[in-house]
Amino acid sequence: MKYAEWEGFVGGRWEKEINVSEFIRLNYKPYDGDASFLADATPATDKLWGRLQELQKAERAKGGVLDMDVDIVSDIDSHEPGYLDKDLEKIVGLQTDKPLKRAFMPYGGIKMAEEALTTYGYTPNPKLHEIFTRYHKTHNQGVYDAYTPEMRAARKNKIITGLPDTYGRGRIVGDYRRIALYGIDRLIEAKNADMAHCGLGSMPEDVCRLREEVADQIKALRKMKVMAASYGFDISKPARDAREAVQWLYFGYLAAIKTQNGAAMSIGRISTFLDVYMERDLASGKITETDAQELIDHLVLHLRMVKFARIPDYNQLFSGDPVWATLSIGGLGCDGRSMVTKNCFRLLHTLETMGPSPEPNMTVLYSHRLPEPFKEYAAKVSIATSSVQYENDCVMRRVWGDDYAICCCVSATQVGKEMQFFGARANLAKCLLYAINGGMDEKTHVQVAPEFPRIMTDVLDYDEVMKRYDNMMDWLAGLYVHTLNLIHYMHDKYYYEAAEMALIDTNVRRTFATGIAGFSHAVDSLSAIKYAKVQVVRDESGLAVDYKITGDFPRYGNDDDRADDIAEWLLTEFLSKIKGHHTYRNAEPTTSILTITSNVVYGKATGAMPDGRPAGEPLSPGANPSYGAERNGLLASLNSVAKLPYEYALDGISNTQTIHPSALGNNDAERVKNLVSVMDGYFDRGAHHLNVNVFGTDKLIDCMNHPDKPEYANFTIRVSGYAVKFIDLTREQQMDVIKRTCHEHL
Amino acid sequence: MKGRIHSFETFGAADGPGVRFMVFLSGCPLRCAYCHNPDTWARPPAFEMEASEVLARALRYRSYWRSEGGITVSGGEPLLQLDFLIDLFTRAKAQGVSTCIDTSAAPFTREGEWFVKFERLMESTDLLLLDIKAFDPGLHKALTGKDNANILDCARYLSDIGKPVWIRHVFVPDLARLLGSDRVELESDGVVPQSAPQKTQSAPNKTLGDPNKTLTDPNPTLNDSNSVANFAKSLKNVKRVDVLPYHVFGVEKWKALGLPYRLAAAEPPSKEATDRIRALFT
Repeated sequence: MKYAEWEGFVGGRWEKEINVSEFIRLNYKPYDGDASFLADATPATDKLWGRLQELQKAERAKGGVLDMDVDIVSDIDSHEPGYLDKDLEKIVGLQTDKPLKRAFMPYGGIKMAEEALTTYGYTPNPKLHEIFTRYHKTHNQGVYDAYTPEMRAARKNKIITGLPDTYGRGRIVGDYRRIALYGIDRLIEAKNADMAHCGLGSMPEDVCRLREEVADQIKALRKMKVMAASYGFDISKPARDAREAVQWLYFGYLAAIKTQNGAAMSIGRISTFLDVYMERDLASGKITETDAQELIDHLVLHLRMVKFARIPDYNQLFSGDPVWATLSIGGLGCDGRSMVTKNCFRLLHTLETMGPSPEPNMTVLYSHRLPEPFKEYAAKVSIATSSVQYENDCVMRRVWGDDYAICCCVSATQVGKEMQFFGARANLAKCLLYAINGGMDEKTHVQVAPEFPRIMTDVLDYDEVMKRYDNMMDWLAGLYVHTLNLIHYMHDKYYYEAAEMALIDTNVRRTFATGIAGFSHAVDSLSAIKYAKVQVVRDESGLAVDYKITGDFPRYGNDDDRADDIAEWLLTEFLSKIKGHHTYRNAEPTTSILTITSNVVYGKATGAMPDGRPAGEPLSPGANPSYGAERNGLLASLNSVAKLPYEYALDGISNTQTIHPSALGNNDAERVKNLVSVMDGYFDRGAHHLNVNVFGTDKLIDCMNHPDKPEYANFTIRVSGYAVKFIDLTREQQMDVIKRTCHEHL
Repeated sequence: MKGRIHSFETFGAADGPGVRFMVFLSGCPLRCAYCHNPDTWARPPAFEMEASEVLARALRYRSYWRSEGGITVSGGEPLLQLDFLIDLFTRAKAQGVSTCIDTSAAPFTREGEWFVKFERLMESTDLLLLDIKAFDPGLHKALTGKDNANILDCARYLSDIGKPVWIRHVFVPDLARLLGSDRVELESDGVVPQSAPQKTQSAPNKTLGDPNKTLTDPNPTLNDSNSVANFAKSLKNVKRVDVLPYHVFGVEKWKALGLPYRLAAAEPPSKEATDRIRALFT
């Protein structure tokens, strides 16, 4: 059926079926020009942003949380409407009835929901406690009921870490654009049709489950209408104009963040979709460029307000209160056209109209074939704000097509077609120590893995170590997959993402996202054992606790194939071991080399390594080379990381680099051009991801010592896969960031 | 041909056009008081490497160069190793790679075999970054240990043959006065003074050039920069002038080498002061 709201759009299959990407393809207008068309912030935007900054300041003064809801179990339609300033907001909708007030979300685990309250001085509601302990089980309880002793030990000893068993798994991106294009009623109709065809003739367990899930999705869609109505909007029909399109889309995202506190809650790839609406309104004179920018500013303002109640353990893993409201911008279409539109500029421009901010997590889908003015504008904003990350559109498009989005920090997902089972990381550095010590933990002296033979020699022999490491990785990969299977079974059962899944095709493709921590240290350790002499230091019980290295050895991060080959081997070997196991709902196994600020926590639990890294030191983050390993400058380091084949790490390979402004060029124009050169070169080599920070350690140290200086209130830096306000990091993490290699000009 | 090499930097973004692979050679005839690579002075190199191998290494970074970038050889003083440079740059040009030399021109002479080789080198050199540290010979000697007549002559020669150069000039506020009290006589070859006289802030700048002139000159540093600027304007091949504000990044290297740092009292200039010097060149 055709809607009057589609007036002026080029028609196609998208009119007959739910097919947003075809709609975009047929209707968007690539923009090859420069940034000169952009408009400044309106007075309303200035005022709203000023108000939000005051609230953020008050939040920080209160220890990180401004207000918490104690009495209402958060749901799509659970709260009265809330505003920052009702008269000024062009786009509306809050998670609760007040800005920055954190909702009570018990389904992931009542224990954690209550701990989050008590941590910040709030008293849990006893009635809700009774309900969620006596009458309704939560995800976390389900997981712990079913864990095996071995899983508990592996978790406790942090060989497997950061598991989503105490927090929502997140990473599921609903296709929020569908609400704008089709309206809720049409989406319910489509889901009803799916329901009618689900399970004809037989009713095995998976069909029963799917029918229940689709029913929940339809309920969620209905609740979205109720929620929107409370704000005075009827979203049953398609959006009529740009403002409604932004608003409808945001309501979909709001439904997701009202029901899920996932570790990453991305909003997806929306800029070029919304640009179609903007262009239509600009052409008809309904809005001006200033109006268009204001709509985008107010959307982004709301994304800057997304907050969840977290427990201290979580904050240690993912520091600085991130939500990964990741926004994917740019990219190329499969037909070869650039997907950059004016709206891609507008989204980046929010970092100028309202200044730097960690959220939303701005991600440019990069190719050297993007229009030069866009690349230069992104580089300019990057240099000024250190708030943008880049991901290689050319490697991702091959796998995910041209309508994928980044669903967490760096992982791609096809919008509306896919969901992910997020699986945190296996610590492969610690696994190497287990290989040496026959499965006994070097820190706790607990026999975590089955009792494999220990290495007894004084000097480590490469072949022997590799053999033991191979066995230990086999064990770890199996246990890791089994643990994730169990977690995701329980998550589906007790904390199903009905709101997001309602905006994804019923026949969804699932990926199973495992991950690697301690990558560079495992690689460098193997290189040290192979190319230098590594002697074992054992304690009185015979456990290897330290290593003495004689001689030099190649390190990952110098474009030296001897070390980089080990890196490639480690990645491909680990993934092949993961793939050997059955995965929950037959999800497709992938892996990643990305850690967030969790590298500090993981490092604390990891003993001394044969590469010379002392016990307890932070692991290097993501796929970054180890601290101090890079001796040939930035590009050698980038080349090493670029050698890791993306096809074997479809969940992402994160790399964070900090460049001193003086090392990037002699003036602003040169810095922009040189940064573009760096990214062109890096991504042409097939690399996946780059976080770009441009500042010196001097600024970090000053900020650490004087966090109250006004210029540091929004000082944002990129850390493995996300951005964070530097003042929101713990001192330990600040020190870690300062220690990381800063490429300076000599 | 092997080069005596101090180190490589894969990401040079401030030494020539675009992104450049930097080759730092070992050995330098000058002993500039503000040198930020004093570790490249000494002749014993970190290692030796064939020009072909250096080029192969550089080409690993070609994807980052786009249309502008390439190889810059710096140091130390590249012009102490003409044979290596000719070998490297001839090979680089055969591959279409942009070539650039960052030099003080201190070894320059129009005489003998050296000049023949230099002329040959210029055939495969696209650009020179030519440091003109001071115009006044006295100030130049106080700063670097050597006279600058041949350096200025090199600039004129390059102008005559129309070889593109970027003039670089480091601006240290109050340089003349800071050097005045503790001038150290250095000879060209690798001898580093074990102990230099301690600097005292209040000493007059009496040893600089003509003592009578400096006494009547309220701002000899500014005047000298002005002379450099006028000299640069007289050249026909200057594509760009970089006035580089003095920075202190190199100081730690001096400490690590156990060398006394004569400009301990020098401070990086303000942006405004640097802009005033830049204005002299326009």
